Amino acid sequence: MNTLAFLIIDILLLIAILGLAWAALASRDERRSTILFMAFGLLLAIAWGRLMAPDVALAEAAIGAGLSGALLLAAIRIPGPSPTAAEVSGDSTVAQPKAQPALRGVITVASLALAGSLIWALSDAFLDNPPNDALAQAVFANIETSGVSNPVTAVLLNFRAYDTLLELAVLLTAVLGILAMGQARPVYAHAGIIFNSLVHWMVPLLILTAGYLLWVGAHAPGGAFQAGATLAAAGVMLRLAGRDRIGLPGPALLRPAIAVGVGVFLLVGLIMLALGRPFLGYPPAWAGTLILIIESAAMLAIAATLLLAFLGGEPRSAASFSMTAPNPAEKPQC
Amino acid sequence: MLTAQWLYSLSGCVLLAIGLRAAWLHTGLLHRIIALNVMGSGVFMILIAIAYRGPGTAPDPVPHALVLTGIVVAVSATALALALARRLTAEHSDE
Repeated sequence: MNTLAFLIIDILLLIAILGLAWAALASRDERRSTILFMAFGLLLAIAWGRLMAPDVALAEAAIGAGLSGALLLAAIRIPGPSPTAAEVSGDSTVAQPKAQPALRGVITVASLALAGSLIWALSDAFLDNPPNDALAQAVFANIETSGVSNPVTAVLLNFRAYDTLLELAVLLTAVLGILAMGQARPVYAHAGIIFNSLVHWMVPLLILTAGYLLWVGAHAPGGAFQAGATLAAAGVMLRLAGRDRIGLPGPALLRPAIAVGVGVFLLVGLIMLALGRPFLGYPPAWAGTLILIIESAAMLAIAATLLLAFLGGEPRSAASFSMTAPNPAEKPQC
Repeated sequence: MLTAQWLYSLSGCVLLAIGLRAAWLHTGLLHRIIALNVMGSGVFMILIAIAYRGPGTAPDPVPHALVLTGIVVAVSATALALALARRLTAEHSDE
């Protein structure tokens, strides 16, 4: 009975996920595609929960659905006057040159062939023997010495800390590219009273939740990435409410702030080297503390990176970092 | 192999195919970026399906860590791609 219920849930969930993916990609309208993509991401988060991957579910909901969607929505341009600009940005009001039916057929067949070969490879590998458990056994055998009790956090920040270091470097590279592309988008109009009240409630709660997620990641689903994404969500809310100052440090501190994630991680690794241990080889007694320090730095770096990505570029001059002066004709906001 | 693993790996491969086809065929930059994200989600689904061990057993944490890393890398790549697209549009409309 239980297996039947799970099977029905799985089938319904997967139909919805695949349907949303197809609809998002088949739609001509950019905004509709993005909204469908956000819904797809949220259903995906439910699927991760069903497959007993709660850390991934949290990250998918916060980053994959939430922040990706926000980034995409912010990037949708109002259709420009010149057809060249429209073509480049995929404007839906200009007719897209469709590939010939033969080419479309070939591409469809090629994609299906890829999927088919992948399915064949997976079934060949896993049909008779279950997936190899050696790595999982190694993790559970050594988790006592890792300093945390959440196995995913242990893998991310201890056993495979090098991968996480490089991941933070990828984030840093992306944000440097974004900063090099130009200035941030103009600030939105100042919000009305309802949204302002929502922001007044939500932002402190989001900051609190981020701190909680960071702390609880050691022994329950959570961690630096989810916490960083929650902080970034707080910043995005402030930005959408028309605030210019969204918690990012001023121009002098901005670059150090986004480099601090990789910096602290590297520093800890090098200190371990200096102490005669392998690179990023924490002593078991200190592992928990070191992981928390690294996670805190990573959380700030991730939040700053995602916020800068949402801004779309270098924040405007230092003069704009104060609260926008209220228009004297406006009624006072709460 | 568990039924759930089968179902989800299959769907992961199908998502990969859907995303690939759309990335090839679409000419709009935003649609292509969304298609790449869908492809990434397909890969994540395959990985997490492989990590699943059934309702009573703890799942394999290593693919979960890989997928977590993958999600963050995917969003940073998306952000960079969107910044590039915005700059491209600005360059073209200035001509």
